[in-house]
Amino acid sequence: MTHAQARAGEADVRAAAEAVTRQSYGKLVALLAARMRDVAEAEDALSDAFAAALRDWPVNGIPAAPEAWLITVARRKFVDAARRRRSSEVAADHLKLIAEEVEAGRKRDMTIPDERLALMFACAHPAIDPGVRAPLILQTVLGFDAATIAGAFLVSPATMSQRLVRAKSKIKQAGIPFRVPEGLELAERLATVLEAIYAAYAEGWADPAGTETRRRDLASEAIWLGRLVASLLPDAPEALALLALMLYAEARRHARRGAKGEFVPLTEQDPSRWDAAMVDEAEALLTRANGVGDTGRYQLEAAVQSAHIARRFSGRTDWAAIEALYGALLAISHSPVVAINRAVAIAEARGAALGLAALDQIADDARMAQYQPYWAARADLLARMGETAQARAAYQQAIGLEADPAVRRFLQDRCAALRAA
Amino acid sequence: MKYMLLIYGNEAGMQAASKADIDQMMAAYGAYTEALKKAGVLVNGDRLKPSAAATTIRSSSGKMQVLDGPYAEAKEQLGGYYIIETPDLDQALVWAKRCPAATHGAVELRPFW
Repeated sequence: MTHAQARAGEADVRAAAEAVTRQSYGKLVALLAARMRDVAEAEDALSDAFAAALRDWPVNGIPAAPEAWLITVARRKFVDAARRRRSSEVAADHLKLIAEEVEAGRKRDMTIPDERLALMFACAHPAIDPGVRAPLILQTVLGFDAATIAGAFLVSPATMSQRLVRAKSKIKQAGIPFRVPEGLELAERLATVLEAIYAAYAEGWADPAGTETRRRDLASEAIWLGRLVASLLPDAPEALALLALMLYAEARRHARRGAKGEFVPLTEQDPSRWDAAMVDEAEALLTRANGVGDTGRYQLEAAVQSAHIARRFSGRTDWAAIEALYGALLAISHSPVVAINRAVAIAEARGAALGLAALDQIADDARMAQYQPYWAARADLLARMGETAQARAAYQQAIGLEADPAVRRFLQDRCAALRAA
Repeated sequence: MKYMLLIYGNEAGMQAASKADIDQMMAAYGAYTEALKKAGVLVNGDRLKPSAAATTIRSSSGKMQVLDGPYAEAKEQLGGYYIIETPDLDQALVWAKRCPAATHGAVELRPFW
């Protein structure tokens, strides 16, 4: 940040300050939490520091090393809190460390050590309740609030918030270390870390129009974390495959919308609008992952993406291969979401009637009643079979459940075409 | 950090065990205790008599009662403990997994205040 920026309008500085705080959030929480051995305390100190920055920076300008500034203020807040609890001796040890690192950071390119991976593996510790591990990672590393996480994990915000508080307290009380484990332990905790990264990506992906900066940041943050894990574990096929999966999806981000912002389903996307460099990187990663052996969930999901993407050269989609991949995924996950995708692949490969029969197998799952993709898939298959009345009813269900206006319009258009036919 | 390893085992199973099995177990505990000492993590530890020897005091409706038996009837009962000191939970877990009870009973790890 320069003096010119410091002299810019107050609103600009405020916006810039907010950008810095958002970008640095996970990194700073991770560093403070690792040194203080206390996630909740680190979050509190940092949120005080952010508030101080929003007061100070518009007046005095953005400091040359904003992250170091924030760490220094957070450190002071933590000392104050520790003094009130009369445990300043313990605090002083940790803080000396932080101060030294920040000082060293100033000398070397102003970089601050990145402890995000260590924090993620602490959150994925087996001593923490399995259901809260991935949410905890999302909150601490990416700054999600409890309400957003609750939505993604299908529990109430109050319950989620309570579980997160309990988990942070467990990390502190039980003395869970902030470090990247080795060997078998690493493999055991990796699945949780990957799950959290993928959930963050999915949350970022849910904004196809690209209007919400916050969400787009999440997608790129998730890819960044995916790269970090993949570089740390070059021999872990699932880590490589997850990165590949995210890159395949990211490559298609802009192709999901047409010139007027309308929804374009994958099968109708123009392959020339896919980001070729990202696709190539994803293909290379998946090839490496497959070379290691041990086929897991992300490898299969990435392979589905690869099969779709193959259309950019071949001009056609190999639905039989996609059906087989979803079949293998279903055997691992028993997920109704996978079952829907498999039914769609069956319909493409072997006809709508068989696809519909596959969909019927999960019709009893209570979650399907409120799941838009189930009704959209059902409507499409019924329409192809000429069951116009039933198709219309299914489209109505899907339209009523969709929150994205572009997708809603797409479904409405399909339903209207049905009437005309 | 200081942790207590609470050792839980099946008392009926212990009583039914052969002398050879008991000797083997005692030897395993002896070796484990030595290893803790050598590593410099042992603070202290001991074994407890079976829960039939326990007496529990508790209040019910304002009246203090002295009762025969352990705090809770259960198949697995507290049979002994170690207090160890390690830098963090992971290293405490390494030691807890080595405890003979981890293979034939359960070991609970509790941090001290």
